[in-house]
Amino acid sequence: MLIVNHRTLQKMKTHAGQAYPEECCGMLLGKDDNRGRTVFDVIAMRNERGESRERRFLITPEEYRRAEEEARRGGVDVIGLYHSHPDHPAQPSRFDLEHAMPWWSYVIVSVQQKLPTSVRSWVLRDDRLGYTEEDIIEGGSTEWPSRS
Amino acid sequence: MAVKVMIPTPLRGYTDKRDSILVNGTTVGEALHDLTVRHPSLKKHLFSDDGNLRNFVNIYVNNDDIRYLQKEQTSVSDKDTLSIIPSIAGGES
Repeated sequence: MLIVNHRTLQKMKTHAGQAYPEECCGMLLGKDDNRGRTVFDVIAMRNERGESRERRFLITPEEYRRAEEEARRGGVDVIGLYHSHPDHPAQPSRFDLEHAMPWWSYVIVSVQQKLPTSVRSWVLRDDRLGYTEEDIIEGGSTEWPSRS
Repeated sequence: MAVKVMIPTPLRGYTDKRDSILVNGTTVGEALHDLTVRHPSLKKHLFSDDGNLRNFVNIYVNNDDIRYLQKEQTSVSDKDTLSIIPSIAGGES
C-alpha cells in the first residue's frame, strides 16, 4: 500500500501531462515505517535520455545523488520513483523490469493524448521476474517529519 | 584492508537496514565480492547472470566512476569510500 497525498498525486499527473508526448520522471520522497509507506512529496527530474524520450527515461547517478541528499536533509528517504507512459498503460514494461531496483515503489502514470488517465504503483519482486502491484491510497500528510 | 561501501536506500533491506558496510579488499572487485559474501541476497541485484555488474549499477570510488578508472581493478584502501549509485531508467517499451 502506498499512501500519497492529493497535492503530490496532482504534481505527478501534471508533470506527466506537461511532458507528453515524452516520458516524465521523478523521485518519491517519503517514509516506510510501521504506519506503512507514505509519499510526502516528489522531486521532478529531467529526462536525460538523448533520444527516444517518448518511450524511455533516464535519471543520471548525479541527479539521484542530489535527490538522496535532499531527502536526507528533510529527514525522509527516496522511496521510489514515478514516470509516465505516453499512450501506454500504467504497467511496467520489459525495459522497466530490466532496470528496476528492489524495495522502491514504481509509480507509473498513463497519459492518453496529454491527459493522465490512470496511476498505478508497482514493487519489483525479489526474484526479479516481475512486479507486485500495490494499492495507492490517496491521503496522508504533506508535512515532512523534519526539514533542516 | 577495511573499505567502506555506501548502500543506496533500495538495497538496505539486504544489509540489515545499514547504509554502509565495511568490507575487505584491495580492489573494487574484491570489495564487491566480499560485500556479496557477507550479504548474498545483494548479488542478484548488483550482478547479472553472466557475472558482470548490471548496466544501471554505477560504482564510485570517492567521487570517481570506476568506468573512468581501472573499472573493477581499481585499487582501494581504507581511506576510500565506495558508493553504489544506480542510474535510473525505464520506459514503456
